[in-house]
Amino acid sequence: MASAHVFDRLSAFLDDELDPVASGEVSQHLESCPDCSAALARQRELGENLRRDLEYHRAPDLLRARVMRDLRAAGRRDAVRSRPAAQAWRWLGAAAAVIAVGGGTWIVATLPRERPDAATAREAVSGHIRSLMANHLTDVASTDQHTVKPWFSGRLDFSPPVTDFAAANYPLVGGRLDYLQGRPVAALVYMHRMHVINVFVWPMSDAHEGIAPALTQRGFHVIHGTRAGMAYWVVSDLNAEELAAFAQLLAAPSGKP
Amino acid sequence: MTHEESRETTGPEPHLSPRERERFDECVLPYLDAAYNLARYLLRDGDQAEEAVQEAFLRAIRHFGGFRGADGRAWILSIVRNTCFTQLRRRRSGGAMVEFDEEAHSLEAELSAPEADLARAIASESVHEGLGRLAAEFREALVLRELEGLSYKEIAHVMGVPIGTVMSRLARARKQLLLALGAGAKESV
Ligand SMILES: [Zn+2]
Repeated sequence: MASAHVFDRLSAFLDDELDPVASGEVSQHLESCPDCSAALARQRELGENLRRDLEYHRAPDLLRARVMRDLRAAGRRDAVRSRPAAQAWRWLGAAAAVIAVGGGTWIVATLPRERPDAATAREAVSGHIRSLMANHLTDVASTDQHTVKPWFSGRLDFSPPVTDFAAANYPLVGGRLDYLQGRPVAALVYMHRMHVINVFVWPMSDAHEGIAPALTQRGFHVIHGTRAGMAYWVVSDLNAEELAAFAQLLAAPSGKP
Repeated sequence: MTHEESRETTGPEPHLSPRERERFDECVLPYLDAAYNLARYLLRDGDQAEEAVQEAFLRAIRHFGGFRGADGRAWILSIVRNTCFTQLRRRRSGGAMVEFDEEAHSLEAELSAPEADLARAIASESVHEGLGRLAAEFREALVLRELEGLSYKEIAHVMGVPIGTVMSRLARARKQLLLALGAGAKESV
């Protein structure tokens, strides 16, 4: 077999994309042709260099937020068409567990999929998963609420309440910026035993205070509440009871419900 | 993708039913990073890559109802690369569609002679810079193969070309990159 003929196939040979016959011919030729062997070695080395040196550009958070917003918008149009607005709150009556605490009502439930807040819950779960997978749980790692709270000022146009619940075995481990609902939000990170809890917080002035849509999604529990003009979305793989207990702490951070 | 590549503002209103949204989250959304990475290497500009990827995802949402395949990654990457190449063609030729000609598109044809000499002289050029000198079609092949680890069949699906074309394009891309890095002058004939 001629060198020129083999030479053109080295790249596919390297990628293991030749059929067995052609591959056999190339192998045989390589045994007796130093030029082709050297060329193959160079190509192999090139591949190793590319995989080692080229940066893998991950999607920036803002792009992800924009795509999520487009996805939400696409879902909303459909939701608006298919469901009268008056029905949107009907699921509340079917909620499985209602916890009334202090100034708010917090609800944990497993509910049908097409609820009006499902898109936000999905986003919150995605944010939670992303924070675990991307190795980017916290921008500021601190168990001190007096460190975490000031960190957010200057980075956000609102000041999220930050409280450490270490005494109740829900220690604060840090905070980071995240994007939900197409806007920057505060993400407070807590731990309970080995479970990570993400609390997404952003201002919501026109919210029905105390009404807390919540659900279970992809194995994660999501609890939603509003208190003092802030929306709280709590996400964790922690069991519903313990997460509800945590939500109670959030709902009455002074410890005096 | 075979549908019209023109402005997407004229298409149907993008909407997904909850069931479609769930499928989209499973089959397409996980490849947002891959989409951005490809766009970044094709366009070589972060802002333009973000814009292209967002546009591609809008297009994907709009046409998701027609997606019946199993390979969401190849599907979204093909939309992303088509979006990017539409931009590149606008840059290249003021809007006229020019078919890529592998035979004519040698590195030497891209570079003026003194630059070509320079390319050989700089033996230690980084692979990143070297990759940047290649035609977008060659960069694409290398990124899909080396960074995404796609098979030739999957790359063919993304690029919308026969497997044989993938084979020759990758062979040329490697040869040209080695040339640009100063390691393959011998093989450049
Ligand atoms: Zn040979």
